[in-house]
Amino acid sequence: MDISTKLLTMLLAILLFVAVVGLMLFIAGRTERRSASIVGYVFLFPSIIMVSVGLLYPAVRTIFQSFFDAAGKAFVGLDNYQTIFTSSDDLLVLRNTVLWVVVTPFVATAIGLLYAILVDGARGEAFAKSLIFLPMAISMVAASIIWKFVYEFRPDQPGVRQIGLLNQVVVWLGGSPQQWIVNSPWNTFFLIVVMIWIQAGFAMTILSAAIKAIPEDIIEAARLDGVTAIGMFRFVTLPSIRPSVIVVLTTIGIGTLKVFDVVRTMTGGNFNTNVVANEFYTQSFRASNQGLGSALAVLLFVLVVPIVVYNVRQLRASEAR
Amino acid sequence: MSSKRSSRTLAALSGGLGIALALTACSSGGSGGTTASGGTTTAASGDCAAFASYGDLTGKTVSVYTGIVTPEDQPYMDSYKPFEDCTHAKIVYTGDKAFETQILVRTKAGSPPDIAIVPQPGLLAQLVATGAAKEAPKAVADNVDKFWGADWKAYGSVDGKFYAAPSGASVKSLVWYSPKEFTDAGYKVPTTLDELKTLSDTIAATGKKPWCAGIASGEATGWPITDWMEDFMLRLSGPDAYDQWVTHKIAFNSAASTAALDAVGGYLKNDKYVNGGLGDVTSIATTTFQDGGLPILEGTCSLHRQASFYASNFPKGTKVAEDGDVYAFYLPGVKAADHPVLGGGEFNLAFSDRPEVQAFQTYLSSDLWANTKAKISSESTGGGWISANKGLDVANLTNPIDKLSATILQDPKTVFRFDGSDMMPAAIGSDAFWKQATAWITGQSTKDAVDKIEAAWPKS
Repeated sequence: MDISTKLLTMLLAILLFVAVVGLMLFIAGRTERRSASIVGYVFLFPSIIMVSVGLLYPAVRTIFQSFFDAAGKAFVGLDNYQTIFTSSDDLLVLRNTVLWVVVTPFVATAIGLLYAILVDGARGEAFAKSLIFLPMAISMVAASIIWKFVYEFRPDQPGVRQIGLLNQVVVWLGGSPQQWIVNSPWNTFFLIVVMIWIQAGFAMTILSAAIKAIPEDIIEAARLDGVTAIGMFRFVTLPSIRPSVIVVLTTIGIGTLKVFDVVRTMTGGNFNTNVVANEFYTQSFRASNQGLGSALAVLLFVLVVPIVVYNVRQLRASEAR
Repeated sequence: MSSKRSSRTLAALSGGLGIALALTACSSGGSGGTTASGGTTTAASGDCAAFASYGDLTGKTVSVYTGIVTPEDQPYMDSYKPFEDCTHAKIVYTGDKAFETQILVRTKAGSPPDIAIVPQPGLLAQLVATGAAKEAPKAVADNVDKFWGADWKAYGSVDGKFYAAPSGASVKSLVWYSPKEFTDAGYKVPTTLDELKTLSDTIAATGKKPWCAGIASGEATGWPITDWMEDFMLRLSGPDAYDQWVTHKIAFNSAASTAALDAVGGYLKNDKYVNGGLGDVTSIATTTFQDGGLPILEGTCSLHRQASFYASNFPKGTKVAEDGDVYAFYLPGVKAADHPVLGGGEFNLAFSDRPEVQAFQTYLSSDLWANTKAKISSESTGGGWISANKGLDVANLTNPIDKLSATILQDPKTVFRFDGSDMMPAAIGSDAFWKQATAWITGQSTKDAVDKIEAAWPKS
């Protein structure tokens, strides 16, 4: 496709969108007189259709498929789930996913929080914030490629120069270059660093806004009482921004459960770094094992649901206050 | 109120007009696009006689989907130009490193390409099983009967029906080396596996690591190890055991195949032998297969086992010849008289029976295309492409490696076997075999590797 065809297609898509919205507004205008709630349904209608077709139907079908065999023909009951919890490769996948979900949200939130507190009210605050937020602007694949080069290994031989930043620093400090991405179990942590790098900006943005929303009089009162910096953090800041911290933790947690790009780009799931999202892609599309792939997807869904429920509960509680 | 209403209707009308305009523009723009790629038609007019039977295909597009990416893809696109110039059809070439996965996804999703260049008979069988592939037209079958033997036709057939003509071929039982180094140090090209081991020990004794290897290849990371294992399986257990192993008549974790993988380990997991110029054993897993043999040019490595298509990976200007910077010798068998050869090839599978697709398929199965492609490859990438097409004029192969490979393929003593992992089902040949081989090179035991691959074999 050449560029003019692409631009034309884009124009068509935009016009189509405008047409749908225009139609909805038109219908809403016509029915406004009859009842206000119908207007609500008219606006919801396209979204409901698209969510049902694009989300609800595939979800139900996947759950259904997870009880069948690789080709999707013979009913095997809970065999696929049994495989996940007994095969050593799959147990490794679960272990790695747990590591990711436990480490990433807490470390990313901690870094974001620390950064937000440190730059709060300082000079060059906007510039400092944009620096940490920059990684969110690039895709996860781009970030993975950047860090893949940072971790790149070249042997310690005469005439061979290091091209990976980390190994170069290690060599300057007198050490010998390491295969960061290959040596397990530490390679999982090096991959997690990439995700933290991406998510810390998000954490910082939300927490910074929450910190600025703390009423001035509480801080004044605490200062008058002679509170130390750490005491201020423990007794004033943290409790006040608790809802935001929870939102950040759960959002990053859900995003981490889905991590696929980082693992696929950096190691392809090799060297014991495989995670659930990468594995269900491999099983479904490379090994053509629909049953196992679907079972893994269902497992991922089951893991995410409690976090989402908790998140929604917190939101409702904070709104009720 | 009325002005509001009229402005609203105006907005609606203009929006509708805009869509209508865009639709008409799109529909005429899509099919027209650009006709033949603007090359000179004067030179082609005489040669167009060969294409007369395909008729005038102006405005028709044929999509080709393959896993062949740069630098090997440009010669393919250039070899389609005579067809494009003479018939005025448009060929759209898409190369994708994740081809083996995506072609199955595309086929199942109902949007397959017109033609796929499939490098694995096992994958070919799977694609045919989806029901989307079309049998090859009679013209193609006639070409294949004329230019290839019955064994090649069998590789492109499923259940007795012929689907895909062979495209390129490669000889995989080659070891790359530096002729200069060999003459300077007085090494002789080995003629048996024992001599190869002795040679490796001799080079290792001088303090240099004799072998270099790289297996990283995106989603396909690990595939060079499968070639090593198949070469050794063929040599140590013989062609009949090899056939049984490939068709799962003997288990993947049987004694014969375990022994083959252990023999490979004697080379690739031996830290006295690898990884010349690139690091230690684990660096094999992180070095791309394209970079795996380059240390030979730098003098930090002496031997690299890789297929004939590797020639195009050396930098431009490298002299690939028996007296040049780099050359290859045939990976020997157990005895000097043994001549087992592991090889590969691609097959052109069609998913449509539109006349332009069938015309293009016929062109690809002809000797005209084979010779065109060979000439272009020789000019632009210094060779690295051959075909088992008997109509291929060896004189068109300027690259000594290509001449060597073609000679090996046509040698009557040769016992040819197709690459094993390409014949196995995709769950093994495109997934488990590669993954477990990668885990094996980074520390997993041979027993665990073969057991896991055996466990992954589809039960159907």
